[in-house]
Order: sequence, then C-alpha cells, then structure tokens
Amino acid sequence: MNAAEQRAPGVLLLAAVALLSAAALGYEILLTRLLAIVQWHHFAFMVISIALLGFGASGAFLLVAGERIRLSVGPFVALAALAFGVAAPACFAIAQHVPFNVLELPWSLRPLGSLFLIELLLALPFFIAATAIGRALIVFGSSLSRVYAADLAGAGGGALAAVGLLHLLPPDRTLDGLGAMAAVAAGLAALRAAHIARWTLLANAAALIVVLAVDPGWGELRISPFKPLPQALRVTGAKPAESRSGPLGLVSAVENEKVPLRWAPGLSLLARAPVPEQVALFVDADGPTAIVRHRPGSPPPAYLGDLTSALPYHLLERPRVLVLGAGGGIAVLQALGGGARSVDAVELQPDLVAITRDRYSGFSGDVYGHPTVKLHVADPRAFVEAGRGEGFDLIAVDALGASPSGLHALEEERLLTVESMRAMLARLSPHGLLAVTGWAQLPPRGGPRGFATLVDALRTEGIEPAARHLAWIRSWNTSTLVASRSPLTEARTAAVRDFARARAFDLVHVPGIEAGESNRFNVLERPWFHEAAARLLGPERERFVRGYKFDIRPATDDRPYLWSFFRWAHAPEVLALSREGGSGLLAVGYLALPVTLVQAAVASAALILVPLLLVRRRGGRSGTARRPVTLGGFFCLGLAFLMMEIAFIGRFTVILSHPLHALVVVLAAFLVFAGVGSWLAGRRGTGDSGNSGSITLPVAGIVALAAAAIAALPHLTSWLLGSSPGTRIAAAIVLVAPLATLMGMPFPRALARLRRLDPALVPWAWGVNGCASVVGAVLATLIAVHQGQAFVIAAAALLYAAAAVACGRMGRESRNREGSSRG
Amino acid sequence: MSGDAGGAQTERPAVPIVIIMDEDAATRGATVMIDRAGDDRALGTFTTLRPGGRGRTGGPLGRRAFLGAAGALALGWAGSGWSDADYAPARRGMLDAIADTTTRTAASTGVGAIDPTVMAALDRVLRHAFVPPEIEGLAYENRPLPIGHGQTISQPYIVALMTHLLALRPHHRVLEIGTGSGYQAAVLAELVDRVHTIEIVPPLARQATERLPRLGYGNVDIRLGDGYHGWPEAAPFEAIIVTAAATHVPPPLVAQLAPGGALVIPVGEPFSVQMLLLVRKGADGEVTVRQILPVRFVPLTGGH
Repeated sequence: MNAAEQRAPGVLLLAAVALLSAAALGYEILLTRLLAIVQWHHFAFMVISIALLGFGASGAFLLVAGERIRLSVGPFVALAALAFGVAAPACFAIAQHVPFNVLELPWSLRPLGSLFLIELLLALPFFIAATAIGRALIVFGSSLSRVYAADLAGAGGGALAAVGLLHLLPPDRTLDGLGAMAAVAAGLAALRAAHIARWTLLANAAALIVVLAVDPGWGELRISPFKPLPQALRVTGAKPAESRSGPLGLVSAVENEKVPLRWAPGLSLLARAPVPEQVALFVDADGPTAIVRHRPGSPPPAYLGDLTSALPYHLLERPRVLVLGAGGGIAVLQALGGGARSVDAVELQPDLVAITRDRYSGFSGDVYGHPTVKLHVADPRAFVEAGRGEGFDLIAVDALGASPSGLHALEEERLLTVESMRAMLARLSPHGLLAVTGWAQLPPRGGPRGFATLVDALRTEGIEPAARHLAWIRSWNTSTLVASRSPLTEARTAAVRDFARARAFDLVHVPGIEAGESNRFNVLERPWFHEAAARLLGPERERFVRGYKFDIRPATDDRPYLWSFFRWAHAPEVLALSREGGSGLLAVGYLALPVTLVQAAVASAALILVPLLLVRRRGGRSGTARRPVTLGGFFCLGLAFLMMEIAFIGRFTVILSHPLHALVVVLAAFLVFAGVGSWLAGRRGTGDSGNSGSITLPVAGIVALAAAAIAALPHLTSWLLGSSPGTRIAAAIVLVAPLATLMGMPFPRALARLRRLDPALVPWAWGVNGCASVVGAVLATLIAVHQGQAFVIAAAALLYAAAAVACGRMGRESRNREGSSRG
Repeated sequence: MSGDAGGAQTERPAVPIVIIMDEDAATRGATVMIDRAGDDRALGTFTTLRPGGRGRTGGPLGRRAFLGAAGALALGWAGSGWSDADYAPARRGMLDAIADTTTRTAASTGVGAIDPTVMAALDRVLRHAFVPPEIEGLAYENRPLPIGHGQTISQPYIVALMTHLLALRPHHRVLEIGTGSGYQAAVLAELVDRVHTIEIVPPLARQATERLPRLGYGNVDIRLGDGYHGWPEAAPFEAIIVTAAATHVPPPLVAQLAPGGALVIPVGEPFSVQMLLLVRKGADGEVTVRQILPVRFVPLTGGH
C-alpha cells in the first residue's frame, strides 16, 4: 500500500465499500426470505446466524494473513466484490443441493453434518465482503471512522435494496440482482486500480452483470419435500395454478379436480353437509388455507356452520362482523352463512387477496365482491387500533395459520397479545363478542395460553369477573374462545351448550360449567382443557402457570411469542420422552435457538482465540490489548449493538405493523445513523486524538435513551398504531436516530484507541466484534422469548456500560505502560 | 395365510442382487435401489436396470451387534448388503423397544401391552424392505424414517399401538388411507384376510403395487386415488386407519365403519405424532372419540 492510500480512501472507494456492505446486508435479508420458503423460518434463523460468522472469520483471517496481502486496497476490494457477486447466488444454489431435513433433528443428529456444510457455504459470501471491508478499515486507519460510516450507511441502504429486489423480482432471481450490485461495487473500486488491472476488473464486472442478467438459473428454489406445498403438488391430479411473490412472501395456488383439497379444521364428526371443492393457497410453501367453491346467490356452504369457529354466530343476531386474517375468504363466507349484516375483512397479504379476487372470482362466488363485504388490505392489528366509531358485534380471529407442531416457535404473533386483545375488546359493541379459533394441541399449550391472554385482557379492561364473560369449546383438533363485553346471559350460555352438544364438541368453559360437563365427546385421559380453564380463572392461577410444563404465560407486545412453549425446567423430561412417543412434545422451532447459540459460541471462541495463538506463536507484540479486558470490551460492544437492534426491531414490528417493513426501516435507521455517529466520532477533533475520544459519554447517552425507551415504548405503541403508516415510519426513524447515532460512536473510538496501542490487533477486534454480533443476535431472541424485549434492551444497556468500563481500563493500563516504557 | 407368506420371506434362498434405479432415484440422480428378490415382476416398473452389481456381502450377526446404532448410522449403505435373516436380531431389538415404550406409556394410552398377535406380525414384516436402501441400516430403529416423496414410514411403536387399538380379528375387513411405503398395510395383512389401501401419490402407489406382492402380501388391494370417499364397494370395514394428514375425519369414512368398528388417525406433523385419534362406532351406530397421548406425560407438575 502506498502512503497516499493510507491517508484518503477517496469517494469512489468509500462508495464501493458502501455498496459491497449493502450487498452483504441485502444477502442476509434475502437469505432469510429464501430459506423461509425452502425450509422454515427457524431454519433461516439458524443458518444465517452462523453464516454471519463469516464476518468474525474475516477478522481472524486479516489478523493472521493480512500483512501478507500485497494487493492495494482498490483492486482488493474490486476483486472481493466480484467474488461476492459470483458467490452470493452460487453458494445459495450449491447449499440447496445439500440434502438436509430439519424435521429429523429430534430423531437423529445425522442432519447436523449437512447443516454445518450449508452454514459454511453461506458464510463464504459474508467472509468475502467482510474481508474487503475489514481491510479497508485497517489500511485507512486514520480515516477509520469514515470507512466504518460508509460500511454502516451502505448496510442500511442494503436493507432497503433487498426489499426493492423482492418487489421487483421473483424470489429465485433476487440473488442475481444482488450479484449485479456487487459487480457495480467492483467497478467503482476498480477505478482506483492501475491501468491494466483497472480495465481487466471493469471488463469482469461487466461480464458478471451480463451473466446474471441472462439468468444462470442458479436460484431455482428447491423446497423441502416435507413442506405442505410440495406435498400437495405430489397428489394425483394436482395442478400448480398461480404464484405471486412480494416482500411478504410467495403465494402459490394449487388446484386439484381429482383429489380436491378439503380444508375444514374442526369439522364436527356429525357434519352431514359435504365440503365443497377448494383451491389450496400456500404462503412460503406453508399452509394451506383455501378458497371454497361457492355459487353466487346460493347460500354459503353449510359445512361452515359445523366448525367450532361457527359458535359466535349462534349467539348473535345479524351481527356486524370484523374478520381478521381473511385470506381466501372462508371466514367471510362463514360470516355470511351465519347471517352477518356486514363483514369487514382485513388481510395483510395482498397476493392472497389478489388471487382470490382476480383469478378465483368466479370460483369463490366473488366473495370479496359481495355487497355487504368490505375488504381492507391492511395489518389486522393496525386496523383494530386505528378504528374509531361504531363497534363490531363480532371480531373473528383465525389463528389456524401457524402449524401446531412448534415449527413457528420463533415467530412473533402481534394480533394475539394482551394489548391487542384489549384493543379488540374496545372495538366491540356493548354486547359484542371476540372469537379466536386455533389448534387444540395435545398436551394443551396454545389453548391455555390464548385463554390466559384473554383473561388478562378482560381484567385490564375492567371486564370482570372474567369467568362470566368467557366461553371455550373444542373439537379434537381446534378450539374456539369467545369473550363477551357484557356477561354471557343464560340464553347465550344455553346456546353455547346446544351448539356444542349438537356437533359433538366439548365444553371447556362456560359460566357455571360443572366438571362433568366437559371431556365428554372427544375424551382425553383427563379433562386437561377444562382444568386449565378453571385454574386460570381461579385464585391459584399464578401457581398453575408456574407449575405447567409448557410456557403458557399470556403473550404480550413485549413477548409476542405465542407459539413458543418451551420451558428449560422441563427440558430433560421432554427430551427423554421425545423418542418414546413424545416427539410431539418437542418444539423444533425453539430448539433452533440453543443449537444455534452453542454453534455460535464454539465457532466464535475458535475464531477469536485461534488467530491470537497463531499470532503469538509468530512472536506477536506485547501490549495491553491482549488482556481479557480488551476482548471483553469489544465483545460487549458487539453483543450490545445487536441486542439493542434486535429488540427494537421486535418492538417496531408491532408499531409498523408489517414484519418486513419493520425489519428494513429499523435496521436501515440503526445502520445509517450508527454510520452518522461513527462519522461524528471521527470528526470530533482531528486525527488520533479525536478518534480516541472517550466512549463514556456516548455510552451514558445510550443508557439514558434505553431507559427512556423501556418506559415509553408501551405507551407509544398504542398511540402510534392509530396513526398513518407514513407517520409511523417517520416516528420510528426519529425514535431510533439519536440512540443509533450514539451507538455508532463507541466501536470506532475503541478501535482507534486500540490502533494506537497495538495496531496489529485491530483486525482481531474487528473479528471479535463480528462474532459478538452473531452471538448477540441469537442471545437477544433467546432472552426475548423468555423475558421479553424490554429485558433485552436493559441487558444491552448494561453491556454498553460494561464496555465503557473495559475500554476505560484498557486506556489507563496502556497509558501506564506507555509511561513506564518511555521512562 | 399371510403368516406363512411372511415366514417364507425370511427363509427365501439366496438370489443374486439386482441393482435397479427407479424413476425417483433418477431425478435425484443419486440413490440406487437394491432389490435382493431378483423377482422379474419388479423389473417392469423401473426405468433403468443394471443386473448383477454388488455381490452378497451379508455380514455375520456379530458384526451387526458390534456396529450398533451409531455404526448403522454411519454405514447405512453397508447394511444394504445384508440378507433378510441378518436383520432378525435388529427386528427383535425393535420389538423390545416397542414393548418397553408401551409399558412406560401405559398410564397415558391405557394399553398395558401390545397384543401378542400384533407383535408376532411386526416380527414377520421385513421393515427394511420398505425403506430406501441407503437407510436400510436404520429400518429397525424405533423412529420414523423418510421414504422419499416427502413421506415417512411411521415409528414402529406408533404402528404397533395403532394396530393394537384396531383390535383386529382375521375376518375383519380393513381400510387404510395413505399407503405410503406399504409397511403398515403389510402389518395389517399379517393379521387379517383382506386389506384395502388407498394412496394419492402416484409413484408411491406404483411402488406399493410392486413391493407388497413381491414380499408375499397378495391380500392387499391398492388403489390410487382420493381416500376421502373411502372404498364404498368393499365397505363396511371393521377397521379403518388414516395415516394421511387430515383436518377432519372424513364423514364418508365414518359412514363406512361397521357397527363395533374402530377408526384410528395419528395426528401430527411429519416425524412427530402428537396424538392418536380413536373413533369407535358402537353396535347402535353411536360414535365415540378418544384422544390418546402416545407418551407418558402429565402437563402439570405436582398435585396429580
């Protein structure tokens, strides 16, 4: 490297770094989407967490081999960007060919080998990008803050770019778009190279763009054969009819005239009416949900009245109905069949609605075009919170989307928290009902948690005694909870009993229920459901929840993991039983967390310690930076940044009411403003003295803002949910900006200080930070599932404080040592 | 009848190994099916045929014992060279595991021990002949296994429990929805005179049509099509078993259940059974439902 290069990275190179960083972050987001389609959400979580260790590995690599790299930064970044452009789509394509079945994990550790291989493959592009960025950081040491700022700002832009790509391209082409982005980065960096190298690199970048544009066909999605979509397509007579994609998922419709889908969860055993032909709808190859054949003008199919979810229609006269999560329109048809005066149908996924309304308008009897039906493509939670005016007589929520097997344990459910149910209760007319239908897992989990959540919502709304406002029935596989604003009258209670008896459904709870009334038709070894309901309504509720072997604490906005039931206290028993017919007790989705954490911890330890040992063997320098306190400081900084970020993304998912928009807006805001912070950190003063400014001040600010966030977020949530989407996004950015700006300062300042003390260890700190980020992201989710997101924010603030202490101590010790060596 | 047929399987004389590739294997481009039967009937259904191939490398029993579960895991391919007889000890191990699990779960299932005739049937069915050859070595582990086409072969304990719950007598007419590998059908065919089974995935139906007669189960009628409507021509059935995923019990199946008959459905996801649904039709036609947790588990700590 030459001296001029050390002084100034130049705009072109900063732009290249930013673009490469954007591509790397875009890769993370797109992989999340793609892996959720081909496998499951938790698999994506597991694989990407580990793949991000590519960042940590780059630090180790640069520490050990960095000095041997002869290439100057410009061509190096250009080459790396080119390599990334090829590797990003290619590694995903190769990884898809590694046979892996996540569902087998409870039975055998055999798939772990494949898992490791997949993670290794997907880590490669991250490693390449991080090595280039890391080298730029090291070489332009005196402009470190600017390079880091470009890195962060670029990453923020990458989050937005990923969503753009998902809007523009089908999922299997998005990685090609990302590769093209990296090729542009390569072109920009190449402009810094000498003549021949410049033109060679530019030609290669152009060639890569052409190849990707032509579509090498690398991205073809190979969906796990155990997912519902491939299962449905394998059935004789199945025809893939249509598929549409967007940031919210890939929606596929499957027709089958020979063996039609008959989706009727909870249909009474005594039902006589046939289930009409249906078209199956899948989101991300999961599901299905259905569109039912219906002739306009004729009454809706009678079988819909024999589902547990039909109960509220037997308690109401010509209700005004709000259907939340309307999908293919089954619940809307059910409402029409149940005598609804009007139906407001809310569905977030626009492609589900579009397919139902456009392609299957005739098939479905134009269910969304019915004169009394009003369709809203919106987030159900936001719709409920934003509403004013007249109340609904019935709000019907379908929670049958998530499969009951625990595959969705890490997914957030924003519609069925205490806060959300309160908002729904508040939108009911004086005698209105809230009805929630979900799977009746065995042993009972989701049912008792839903009931506990509803009881909490009623109590906090001052609707008591809750027992008199609640009814709960179940079939062998579904359960329907009904909450009423006014006490359930004797007539209504009698109607519940009649409805259940006539369809061989079991009463779980009605006001005044006697023990002998439950568990009569779908007989369990014990009346588990009824006992749970009785205890949850009684004085020993806390003891019951504590003593239950599954986590059935009410879901809240702070802990919206409705489907995560795992309790560590009972892990040994569940694990021991998993092979003795107890496989259904295991939540594979949850287990991804500890498995990932262990992998991350082991890999991080190796990536942090092994290079250090290697360097020491080579006769590394003495210095303060080797001391554990330095490691601790940088590790805390990495952990804290990611934990704060993840917790905020979680909270803002509720506020922004759109999972991907929340991820992208909050992530981009965090990264861009952290970039601003980093830039500011470098500007304060000049050169090293400025860079080595204390991190105590920004950390104090972070702690104060975190405390304010914990106090204010619950109030802000409900208040903001009532406002327009634009306002909410603006508010999110404004709320994140100051915190993120401060969070961008400690790392470059600490790094600059380390650079002064022991420059050889700068790449190592980059690696430590990368590893800690990975561990932090996993830890944040693990803590949030059990303790809530506010706890994660508090823990992150504490870690920042610890980092400040560590950084301060590192400085003092070094000054002493420097002093003594001078003396 | 079929008991004898099953016995004949284990004593079948040694025949050259035939390596054949089925169309699914061709699309995966990797696996090869080994068919030791050398039965010409098998050939017609496969697209590629390479006779001869590997010689019989059946290891002595001691070796199998030595390998154990971990060895079988790593050397699953090596296991595919073994003879039917070589698997007898593993099968007995599977039966022990079933008996053991049944005892442990008795409090939840109400089944203290599996009917000896069901156990004898499980002992006669060559489970390793129903799984893809590359995992043949795992066939007698007490766990579900993938069989291709996104399908699984159920955990032996669950197969035993479901079969027990059907309380079969030889004259019973039995309907199975979801043939899959054909293993459950074979177990049923060991116990009753006639089994009807319906599969909706064409390659699986074809495979079962070839496999079951080859293994001596001539008393199984296989149909490709929609199991929802049952098999009205052969109804009523004393026993119906629905191994395909169902969101509800198809009313036609309840209608085709004979008075006094039983219908059983394992409920859950691939590789994980949550519960067994047992529907009984009384002599008077009244239907009762029991939900059975196939595991010894009480959701509450203490106090019970």
